[in-house]
Amino acid sequence: MLHSLRQLLRHRALIQSLVARELKARYRGSVLGIVWSFLNPLLLLLIYTFVFSVVLPASRSGQIEHFPLFMFCGILPWAWFSSSLLESASVLIASGGLLRKVLFPAEVLPIVTVLAGLVHFCLGLPILLAFILYYRVAITTDIFWLPLIVAEQLLLTLGLALLVSSLTVHFRDLRDLLGNVLTLAFFATPIVYPLSQAPEWSRRLLVLNPFTHLAVSYQEVLFDERPFTDWMRVAVMAGVSLAVFAIGYFVFDRLRDTFAEEV
Amino acid sequence: MNAIEVRNVHKVYRRYGRRKSFGTLKSALLSGGLARELKGDATFEALRGVSFDVAAGKTCGIVGRNGSGKSTMLKLIAGIGKPTAGDVRVVGRLSALIELGAGFHPEISGRDNVFINGMMLGLSKREIAQRFDQIVAFAGLQDFIDAPVKTYSSGMYMRLGFSVAINVDPEILLVDEVLAVGDESFTHKCLDKFAEFKRRGKTVLLVTHMLDLVTRFCDEALWLDDGRIRQHGDPKRVVDAYLLDVAAQEDRSLTPTRATATESATVDMSTAAEGRWGSREAEIIDVSFLRRDGTAAHVFESGEPVDIRMHVRAHQPLSDFVFGVGIFSAEGVCCYGTNTAIEGAEPGEFAGDAEVGFHFESLGLVSGSYRIDVAIHRRNGAPYDYHRQLYTIRVTSTLKDTGIFRPPHHWTFSSGIRISGL
Repeated sequence: MLHSLRQLLRHRALIQSLVARELKARYRGSVLGIVWSFLNPLLLLLIYTFVFSVVLPASRSGQIEHFPLFMFCGILPWAWFSSSLLESASVLIASGGLLRKVLFPAEVLPIVTVLAGLVHFCLGLPILLAFILYYRVAITTDIFWLPLIVAEQLLLTLGLALLVSSLTVHFRDLRDLLGNVLTLAFFATPIVYPLSQAPEWSRRLLVLNPFTHLAVSYQEVLFDERPFTDWMRVAVMAGVSLAVFAIGYFVFDRLRDTFAEEV
Repeated sequence: MNAIEVRNVHKVYRRYGRRKSFGTLKSALLSGGLARELKGDATFEALRGVSFDVAAGKTCGIVGRNGSGKSTMLKLIAGIGKPTAGDVRVVGRLSALIELGAGFHPEISGRDNVFINGMMLGLSKREIAQRFDQIVAFAGLQDFIDAPVKTYSSGMYMRLGFSVAINVDPEILLVDEVLAVGDESFTHKCLDKFAEFKRRGKTVLLVTHMLDLVTRFCDEALWLDDGRIRQHGDPKRVVDAYLLDVAAQEDRSLTPTRATATESATVDMSTAAEGRWGSREAEIIDVSFLRRDGTAAHVFESGEPVDIRMHVRAHQPLSDFVFGVGIFSAEGVCCYGTNTAIEGAEPGEFAGDAEVGFHFESLGLVSGSYRIDVAIHRRNGAPYDYHRQLYTIRVTSTLKDTGIFRPPHHWTFSSGIRISGL
């Protein structure tokens, strides 16, 4: 596994070029092009704001000040997380021709998917910043924690993407299952409601979801004006992300030799 | 020193429906190796214990029928697959031309694709930048390199893929039947490039059905048959042995199904396709094609003597009868036709069982498939028994001359021209 990781390091230029290609190719031919990277999270936010402020104003979330900003802190990272996993589920199968005919490390493909998602996430950050300024929420030094949280999410997503992509080659049903699991996970993560307002019994379950901690961390760093003190959560998540990444990479490495025949 | 060492390699593919997979997720993850997991399933053994070496700097051609394991062997050497058992060792940087342009993204420009493809094949960005002009020039795509690859013709696509792969400058080059792409001039460029590789002492492993390429270009040849090595050695000898084997197999498959030759009512010979018709007062019971030594065959070397032997039977004594023979090319062109009446014979009597032989001193046809007519009819043309193109023979030749007819010939040159090989 360490050998494979070293191999991977040698291919960083390839990964870089593939990410660039991914971004270039995605919007090729569309009128708005890269603007979609900004527009997509914005539209998503609009929908959720509409649902939770207009259609369901009675929900508890109404009690939060600047509720759209609160949601945006969770939706933006979630969009990166879920789209990366959904795309990884089919990325090996879609590139079957490549895996069968060219010798190169297959993990490059899911990694590129996740990294392209990271770029889109980063493109969404200025919009988030604009929202923060619009609502006149104070930007504190908490924001320096942000890169660490993003790095944790990156590791976690990479680990899960490697796991999902390699397993889907053998269990194609995972692809359909995953879509539903992600929908469930979205609501089982305090994104459209704050963790503190979840009923006591459900909170015990929610804390088992690793993304809960990421979402809460994002909210504390970007939304909550109180100084950030929850470093314990960040530290534990660092360990969890690393473990998930290690497991994901291990499984991927184990199944690597079977891809050329199975895709 | 050996550049490639293959030791007792087996490769087993599983043949299972898409649904059949691991027993459980857990066992799949724990075992890792799939073959063990699936013992007892329907399997297909693509390679059954193959061992050979290719010395550094040698060019080796792999020949064999479709499905004999050639491409599997190449993939194992390229490292794309792992052998089920046995070892493959490769010393040196390797580039595999297995599928050209695999991994090209249709939406982005040829330029970007060259960089990404090159990196996939193991070059660094700087190395590609250095070779970029050379790559584009070799592919002949200077004018199109910034257009998206989806606008390329399939030939342009292949040329670019080939050009990238060959400019990786590998020490070992694996080629899988890719010369068939591209036009004549590109094929020549590729061959020149291969020759250059050879001169510079690189190792080339070539899978191809272009057998003359193997005999002309390779230092040694390997004949794979049904996952095993049938012969390995001098290319000319291996290719000849392979051709003989192919001919023998075709021979078996061409043996006609006489019993099923259907009787047809139409007698319009000019438009009739294959069939059999006639009044049957006399019958052709059996037709065979004999070599010089009297053995029956359906594949003949061009220029070889051939004997068409008909076993005929008259159900009543006949005094009006003509025997005829015709040869047609695969396109239906009559190459030669004659009968006993044309050649001035006067029928006497024909009764009971008899044999008729028609002897070609030398079968002066170029290589190809030919259909044979045989017939017994009256002098006015009314058939007793007409077999229309019911028999097929194959003519083979080492020469690639064209046309239909190969007359006995030779060349002469006056002084002032020196030429050899004829």
